[in-house]
Amino acid sequence: MSERERSSFGDPAVTAVEPTRAGKWKPQREGAPGLERRRAAGELRRALRRLGRHRLALLGLLIVGIFTVCAILAPWLAPYDPTDASLRERRQPPSWEHPLGTDELGRDLLSRLLWGARISMLIGLIAVGIGVALGVPLGALSGYYGGRFDLLVQRLVDIMLAFPGILLAIAIVAVLGVGLENVMIAVGIASVPIYVRLVRGSILTLKEQEYVLAARALGASDGRIIFRHLLPNCLGPILVQSTLQIATAILWAAGLGFLGLGAQPPTPEWGTMLSKGRVFIRVAPHLTLFPGLAIFLLVLGFNLLGDGLRDALDPRMRKLTGPGARA
Amino acid sequence: MWRYVVWRLLLTLPTLLGAVTFVFLMVRLLPGDPAVAIAGVQATPEFVEQVRREFGLDQPLPVQYITFLGRLLQGDLGISTRTRQPVWEELWARFPHTLELALAALVVAALIGIPAGIISAVRPYSLFDNFSMLVALFGVSIPVFWLGLMLMLLFSVQLGWLPATGRGTLAHLVLPAVTLGTASAALIARMTRSSMLEVLTQDYVQTARAKGVPERVVILRHALKNAFIPVVTVLGLQLGTLLSGAVLTETVFAWPGVGRLVVESILARDYPVVQGVVLLLATTFVILNLIVDLVYAWLDPRIRYE
Repeated sequence: MSERERSSFGDPAVTAVEPTRAGKWKPQREGAPGLERRRAAGELRRALRRLGRHRLALLGLLIVGIFTVCAILAPWLAPYDPTDASLRERRQPPSWEHPLGTDELGRDLLSRLLWGARISMLIGLIAVGIGVALGVPLGALSGYYGGRFDLLVQRLVDIMLAFPGILLAIAIVAVLGVGLENVMIAVGIASVPIYVRLVRGSILTLKEQEYVLAARALGASDGRIIFRHLLPNCLGPILVQSTLQIATAILWAAGLGFLGLGAQPPTPEWGTMLSKGRVFIRVAPHLTLFPGLAIFLLVLGFNLLGDGLRDALDPRMRKLTGPGARA
Repeated sequence: MWRYVVWRLLLTLPTLLGAVTFVFLMVRLLPGDPAVAIAGVQATPEFVEQVRREFGLDQPLPVQYITFLGRLLQGDLGISTRTRQPVWEELWARFPHTLELALAALVVAALIGIPAGIISAVRPYSLFDNFSMLVALFGVSIPVFWLGLMLMLLFSVQLGWLPATGRGTLAHLVLPAVTLGTASAALIARMTRSSMLEVLTQDYVQTARAKGVPERVVILRHALKNAFIPVVTVLGLQLGTLLSGAVLTETVFAWPGVGRLVVESILARDYPVVQGVVLLLATTFVILNLIVDLVYAWLDPRIRYE
């Protein structure tokens, strides 16, 4: 088995992630720097090329790109004010004037969906940001130091994982109260255990590697070893997980919105819009159809991209899990 | 084996205690004055004081905790502030409905996911494989509440084949079970596929083929048996996830389970009921995990952690 074939997420010394490090790395101190850097750059090129050939990943990138543009340019793209009610034009089907129709208060649905892209993207990014910011350091310290601290963190993770899926987010919202910011926090906290597990597992395998021993022999501090040597090598799995996790965060947040626990009207959040529109499912099905389609497409985009990134960074996995697998 | 069983049981206890502690803290961590949060901003000072006494919020925290644990051990989960009924009774009345829905969803998921996964693995990268894995990706990307509403729109509103909401006959169960089971079907299909693919590369499968065993027998007899162990694990874990995931499906189909109960209770600030549901679902999930791990160890004697 060649060196390349062996690298996988179980052994996350994935060389493909090294370029991120090579940029900042001061290679004079450790090993043959030029060679290392050239090899890393080659790996990145190969990974990018694999991503470029991955048609589904490109489709995902395209979807995410379109939604990102919508989110950023919402104020200019939206034909109407998203909160501008017009009771005379309530629940109109799609027309030239209102391409996706109007909602129960006569607001333009397309404009609301465009602004909603902003909210959903923001939810995804902030929630995942919270998960990474808390989960990665906890996982790294837990894996690196082991012992009692590790045992404590692992029990905490076990407790959090005792509330499966969306339940933890629901429970946190029950405490913090209903609202958009609290949904971001709740979904973010609910994703912490995933990162703790992921990074801890990676660090456990990595810390036995020779270059870590070498760094330690050279007198590098624990902090330097963790942040300069170990964590950069976990970036690949973290990146893949985060892309997929944004998809989950958007789904959960929309679900909380649908339950009435998330963003409150008149905020144009997709899940909240859906829950208001579903009352009229018989007379105005477009109020249910379009917001749901928007959630579905954006989540699909992130999932396609995440799967593609994983395949590109780790070609061995593809053989086992195939196109679009995530188990 | 027994050492593993005991170790695994011991590991469950701190998790359960932790979950109980979290549920206890839920009410105490409410922003501001918890008594006001429970009673509502418009409540009279007398009512706030009554709530404070009822919930024991005037006691020191450790005393509250001990009281909470003591009551819990007696099966006392408190009284609903909304209906004034014991929380236990409400859970008892609703939980079987959620269990019914989750089990039906699991059956749907297994019936779709396992065959799809096997066929995909036997013919990797075939048209069927690519198609079914793409559908699986759709399955995990689709918002469950939207799927439910769309199915309802098609099969109830347009075609009139199935009832839109409520619980009762088997026909009422179809749409909610399919809705809830879709994401699980996708996960199970992927898991079955990758597990089968791994087993199919094993030497003993090659040996079976080499000695002329028909391909059908190789797949069904030799490969499937071993590939099934991780699949069984996923099935067990999915049941727990489905019980909690039912919250959204129940809301769509007006299914009278604990999921709808918890949402209604959060919106009505009925915290004893919220605590009760969260605790019930978490405990069920932890115990299901325990059972799955033990079954796994029993099926595969190589598994003995630590």
